[in-house]
Amino acid sequence: MTWSATARGAHQPDNTAFTQQRLPAWQPLLSASIALPLFFCAGLAFIGLGLGLFYSSYGIKELEYDYTGNPGTGNCSACALADQDRAPPLRCSCAWYFSLPELFPGPVYLYYELTNFYQNNRRYSVSRDDTQLSGLPSALLHPANECAPYQRRASGLPIAPCGAIANSLFNDSFSLWHQRQPGGPYVEVPLDRTGIAWWTDCHVKFRNPPLVNGSLALAFQGTAPPPNWPRPVYELSPDPNNTGFINQDFVVWMRTAALPTFRKLYARIRQGNYSTGLPRGTYLVNITYNYPVRAFGGHKLIVFSNISWMGGKNPFLGIAYLVVGSLCILMGFVMLVVYIRYQDQNDEDEDAE
Amino acid sequence: MERDPAAAEEPGSPGRRRRRRRRGDGRTRVVRSNLLPPPGVEDPAAGATKGARRRRRGGAQHLADNRLKTTKYTLLSFLPKNLFEQFHRLANVYFVFIALLNFVPAVNAFQPGLALAPVLFILAVTAFKDLWEDYSRHRSDHEINHLGCLVFSREEKQYVNRFWKEIRVGDFVRLRCNEIIPADILLLSSSDPDGLCHIETANLDGETNLKRRQVVRGFSELVSDLILPGYPGHHVHKVSEFNPLMFTSVIECEKPNNDLTRFRGCMIHDNGKKAGLYKENLLLRGCTIRNTEAVVGIVIYAGHETKALLNNSGPRYKRSQLERQMNCDVLWCVLLLICMSLFSAVGHGLWVRRYQEKKSLFDVPESDGSSLSPVTAAVYSFLTMIIVLQVLIPISLYVSIEIVKVCQVYFIHQDTELYDEETDSQLQCRALNITEDLGQIQYIFSDKTGTLTENKMVFRRCTVSGIEYSHDANAQRLARYQEADSEEEEAVPRGGSLPQRGSVGSHQSVRVMHRSQSTKSHRRTGSRAEAKRASMLSKHTAFSSPMEKDITPDPKLFDKVSECDRCLAITRHQEHPLAHLSPELSDVFDFFIALTICNTVVVTSPDQPRQKVRVRFEVKSPVKTIEDFLRRFSPSRLTSGCSSIGSLATSKAAHKSGSNFLSTLPNDSTLFKLEERLGQPAAAIASNGYSSGAASWAPEHTAQEQKLELEQEQERELRYEAESPDEAALVYAARAYNCALVDRLHDQVSVELPHLGRLTFELLHTLGFDSIRKRMSVVIRHPLTDEINVYTKGADSVVMDLLLPCSSDDARGRHQKKIRSKTQNYLNLYAVEGLRTLCIAKRVLSEEEYACWLQNHLEAESSLDNREELLFQSAIRLETNLHLLGATGIEDRLQDGVPETIAKLRQAGLQIWVLTGDKQETAINIAYACKLLDHDEEVITLNAESQEACAALLDQCLHYVQSRIPCSTPEKTAGNVSVGFSPVCPPSTSTTSGPSLSLVIDGRSLAYALEKNLEDKFLFLAKQCRSVLCCRSTPLQKSMVVKLVRSKLKAMTLAIGDGANDVSMIQVADVGVGISGQEGMQAVMASDFAVPRFRYLERLLIVHGHWCYSRLANMVLYFFYKNTMFVGLLFWFQFYCGFSASAMIDQWYLIFFNLLFSSLPQLVTGVLDKDVPAEVLLTEPQLYKSGQNMEEYRPRTFWLNMADAAFQSLVCFFIPYLAYYDSDTDVFTWGTPITAIALFTFLLHLGIETKTWVRAVGMIPGSADAAGPTLPGRFHDI
Repeated sequence: MTWSATARGAHQPDNTAFTQQRLPAWQPLLSASIALPLFFCAGLAFIGLGLGLFYSSYGIKELEYDYTGNPGTGNCSACALADQDRAPPLRCSCAWYFSLPELFPGPVYLYYELTNFYQNNRRYSVSRDDTQLSGLPSALLHPANECAPYQRRASGLPIAPCGAIANSLFNDSFSLWHQRQPGGPYVEVPLDRTGIAWWTDCHVKFRNPPLVNGSLALAFQGTAPPPNWPRPVYELSPDPNNTGFINQDFVVWMRTAALPTFRKLYARIRQGNYSTGLPRGTYLVNITYNYPVRAFGGHKLIVFSNISWMGGKNPFLGIAYLVVGSLCILMGFVMLVVYIRYQDQNDEDEDAE
Repeated sequence: MERDPAAAEEPGSPGRRRRRRRRGDGRTRVVRSNLLPPPGVEDPAAGATKGARRRRRGGAQHLADNRLKTTKYTLLSFLPKNLFEQFHRLANVYFVFIALLNFVPAVNAFQPGLALAPVLFILAVTAFKDLWEDYSRHRSDHEINHLGCLVFSREEKQYVNRFWKEIRVGDFVRLRCNEIIPADILLLSSSDPDGLCHIETANLDGETNLKRRQVVRGFSELVSDLILPGYPGHHVHKVSEFNPLMFTSVIECEKPNNDLTRFRGCMIHDNGKKAGLYKENLLLRGCTIRNTEAVVGIVIYAGHETKALLNNSGPRYKRSQLERQMNCDVLWCVLLLICMSLFSAVGHGLWVRRYQEKKSLFDVPESDGSSLSPVTAAVYSFLTMIIVLQVLIPISLYVSIEIVKVCQVYFIHQDTELYDEETDSQLQCRALNITEDLGQIQYIFSDKTGTLTENKMVFRRCTVSGIEYSHDANAQRLARYQEADSEEEEAVPRGGSLPQRGSVGSHQSVRVMHRSQSTKSHRRTGSRAEAKRASMLSKHTAFSSPMEKDITPDPKLFDKVSECDRCLAITRHQEHPLAHLSPELSDVFDFFIALTICNTVVVTSPDQPRQKVRVRFEVKSPVKTIEDFLRRFSPSRLTSGCSSIGSLATSKAAHKSGSNFLSTLPNDSTLFKLEERLGQPAAAIASNGYSSGAASWAPEHTAQEQKLELEQEQERELRYEAESPDEAALVYAARAYNCALVDRLHDQVSVELPHLGRLTFELLHTLGFDSIRKRMSVVIRHPLTDEINVYTKGADSVVMDLLLPCSSDDARGRHQKKIRSKTQNYLNLYAVEGLRTLCIAKRVLSEEEYACWLQNHLEAESSLDNREELLFQSAIRLETNLHLLGATGIEDRLQDGVPETIAKLRQAGLQIWVLTGDKQETAINIAYACKLLDHDEEVITLNAESQEACAALLDQCLHYVQSRIPCSTPEKTAGNVSVGFSPVCPPSTSTTSGPSLSLVIDGRSLAYALEKNLEDKFLFLAKQCRSVLCCRSTPLQKSMVVKLVRSKLKAMTLAIGDGANDVSMIQVADVGVGISGQEGMQAVMASDFAVPRFRYLERLLIVHGHWCYSRLANMVLYFFYKNTMFVGLLFWFQFYCGFSASAMIDQWYLIFFNLLFSSLPQLVTGVLDKDVPAEVLLTEPQLYKSGQNMEEYRPRTFWLNMADAAFQSLVCFFIPYLAYYDSDTDVFTWGTPITAIALFTFLLHLGIETKTWVRAVGMIPGSADAAGPTLPGRFHDI
């Protein structure tokens, strides 16, 4: 009401720093004496950082081989050709020979790389059931709708693991053989296929359903494998700690890649004589060729790489820091010139005022 | 009861009220007493309390009761109603739609429940705010509804206490002095013997003077006839015995409307007689009863149908310019969103077509196994994209802006430098949502009186019969006040925390000067404090600051007045007392009498009901019928008038001995009545509730007691309450000459002079002031000569034309002519000094003339149709052939700091136009005084008599302005005298000086210039001028000018004013500022901001306006930036995921991005950041121009901002992209760092924004480029 609101009183506002907007404040004045050193320091720091990054990246060795089998690229083309009209993948093997003139320092990681493979496609990347993968028995038999059309088989059996991601599991396999001397025997290099997935993934996120009578196969009874799979999920590996949903290949695959060109860790080489790296000599990678990618223009690569403190080989960051650092210094010089050139003028202006 | 008999019989429910009103076929409302059995009920003997109560309600059930309900919701209706209202906001509908889209499986992007969370949160916050507001409204309603008042109860046959909300239409309410009126009440009875009642309407319109209300005319006689048939109508009985139970009349009146100044109706008595009802009979809700012991009335309108509530239109909602622009940009964002979605939809369609047939492993068919057609996929993708990219439309923007504005309002409100100590008032923000408009004002339209000036009228000088009295001592006294003022002002900052260097030297000198007048300023500060206290106690002390009250008389004039007084005291019992005076002295005497009585000033003393001391004439005045007149002016009356003078003489000794009330005993009949009255039992008098006047007639009152009373009387200071402050100023001036107004009743005025004692003038008529006549008159019977005199007071332009034409033949006529020309000269002089001038004139009417005029006048008064028009004509007939007495010059002092403020605002690039109703000369002089006009400028004056002339004049001026020839006064004036063209060139104009121009235009020319075909020219001319002064403009013209500038120039306008005449202008302008000063609250009620003084405008605009604007503009831009940048990240990702609308950022981040992850920092900067400190803003007002030019936020800056956002998102996306290219990273391991980088970049950007403002001011040499520091900053995060 208008007439009751006009009660008289001490209307004087409080005189506090807050209400009077006099809170202590800092207004940085970027004068030349601050801005120029700042630019030069930042520039130098970036250049230093950039150099460090660049040399780290430079020191990382990487060895990759495209085994897609495009015509005329090696002995995998036969498999690729066969792959084109035969729907169920033919058991085809091919090999890649390479020689190392010197030690490939360890630890060495073996990756496979796919290109043009859109694992981040939305319809693909949502096509999974995390509840099922966490081993919940009820979810095992009732996959989520997101998995459709890989939710149930035509027979009505629920698919385990359901969804398009699981269905498209990468199923090429590699074995590495080492020939110390030319003409010598090929010795198989042990590939460590465990410890390639995130610890949380295979211990928390992915769990097998509780065993029935101590058998994983019984636990998966009443489910069917995904249509593309030649064998059920509990037979992914003979190692009972690496089979079923917690099979590390599977877990690695299920962690969808961010970009259409991606690598996935296949194995680590760290056992026996190879803990320090791959010694010089000739090597043979035996590839079991199953995975069809040529239809959609994809490529399959096999990559050996070691890592440094900054991760895998990537010269970009170092170069970026170098460029920005140099730009900073360049700008600093430009401003310095401007400052010196116009300083007198400013002084005159101030004098005039 | 509306006139709708069928409906009246219905047992209506409360809910029916509204429907009935809508039906509203009847144009009138009929009100009956609730105490009578309602027409529908046959058996009135249903005696039970309950039944009676029901019946009581039954009588008026369908009319609004007095319960106040301003709440919007009830507990039940809150949720649906509030939601419904919130969905009026398009943004809310949009967000709900998006959230609901998530429930469609084919297109959903997020978990449906999660997607709803933000919009539900926003809705809940708003709902909570509404609920809280509604609750506080409910509380205040409750408080008001439970105020108590006395209502007549049928059961108990007496007045009982009831709550306000229980009052119904038709109830009888008894109100006592200083009570607030609970509803619109028709005054039926008053303790005042004349049936008068005074009310103060300050709560309604802020006017602090008392208004007079009257018991329904003719009702009093009728009732007393009814009650005591045969008893000679005596007021005492009537009042004491007014019995609501006996009230059987029916009242017919208008339907409820919001016109405060109008009320029409009639009362139909049982005997078929009708009595007209006017606004003088209506007591309005919200007003306060003053000076009257008790009144009784019947409720006519209650609750929401009262005029006060119908006038209360609630808070104003204006949309600020910034907000309009922002809405436009939000639409751009929507467009951008649609474009982005369309782009990726097409992309997805192509992608699907490319990979589908190839049996790609990552292609997912439809759930039934069939393959998805590219078009369907594109459509799905489009919808999903809209959901994913919804972040682009900032859901929290509106809420954030509201919050920031509320905080800004809080800070403006809290600023101690906008606090006025004298009135204990601070700046009020009445509109919460246009704070940033304050920073963009381009044109200020100001009222003059009360806005630039104080509206404290001070009597400065006068001229009487051609002789000027300069009142030098008075001028000196005023100068001293001014010094005291400045002294105090300088003391204030010194006491504050801010160190004030530089002013020490001047301080010293002021100190010295101050010491020499220490006594004076002591008194000043004392009285200031006193005035403050008084104003805190009650508001009816408006026009009585000490400055106006203490007037030092001019010694020469004072001597003359004393001489008159002495002479008249000696000759008063002679036949023609005035004839013994010289013409000059008699003019002086008349002049002061006119000053004293020619007004509507009410005399009061604080906190006491008025002591009524009346001298009775046998006929109540004003004269009502011609018979009255004849009776009154019969020869016998004339002789008795003589005898009254005789008795006057005899009573003089008694008067001197101290009888303050008994001055004239006009005739025997009065004496007889007195005796009769004294004979009444004392109880009867006491029961009247006012024993005041009568009691002092009691014989036991000894002379000693009377003496005591006199002393008290003298101690008790008389206070004059006037409708306009100049009236009070004149009365105070007259009092300084010992010619004091001591009492005013509606039919008599008493003036006290030192020797003559108390003179009581019979007040025959008062012809009130109106703005067309520009004058007012009183018709009185002079107690000394018994002549009928007309005293007229008015604007010189009109009064000088109404003077009696004087022949130049005789000496007397020539003398008169000389006096007039001298007076005219002095008037011009006063105007040059910037004083408000008033002419005082007199006319002596013969009995015949009066009788003749009276007849017409009475006809006019009794006319029902065009009463106002006829009364106007009648007044014009009377006010002719006047005899000029003199003229007064009243100063309306400039408010403190007005010239400085205007200079500052000018520097800030604001165009200041003054629109005033004052005359040209006064306005120009005030304009010079407040530095609005400068003596170096050329002033173009537009005074045109006709449309064509105005057009020609405008063309000429335009031509002149364009060609920039130096002003050539003589030839132009010569060529255009016929059309009234007078380009004024100030003498100091030199061709070398700055060619700035000013335009002065008067009301009439303004009317022509505002015509359709001339307005463009006028505006063009006005744009060329540094300042524009519109004189004699009406309120409508004021608003038209504002509207014109606003619509044609697309400029931001601010109107500032203090009075009711500025309301329309204030409402039309983008920002309306009211001055909570002298002239009431109407301007304040209409305004968006209310300041106590004009000078506060400087800080309000230059500091707070600038801050608010730059803060909000930057915040809004930042919102757009932030969201665009974030959405940009998602959009770039689409190129790498087949435009499939997948996101690398987790849905939680996406959904709560606006609400949780990026809402607080910019709120803090939006509220607290200062781009430039206040001191710099005040010393460099030019900085204000950045707001005017919308430099912070204009379409270009918006797009630049968006481009910046796009660039930053590119950087933030592609650096991680390249850094993680060809690696084994997964979507979220890669997306989360991107999110983190983006959030860091937001913070950094905000930090840089805060700094760049300083840079924009140009405070640092070699302003470094903004990209420099941001870029490395970004990399740093990686």
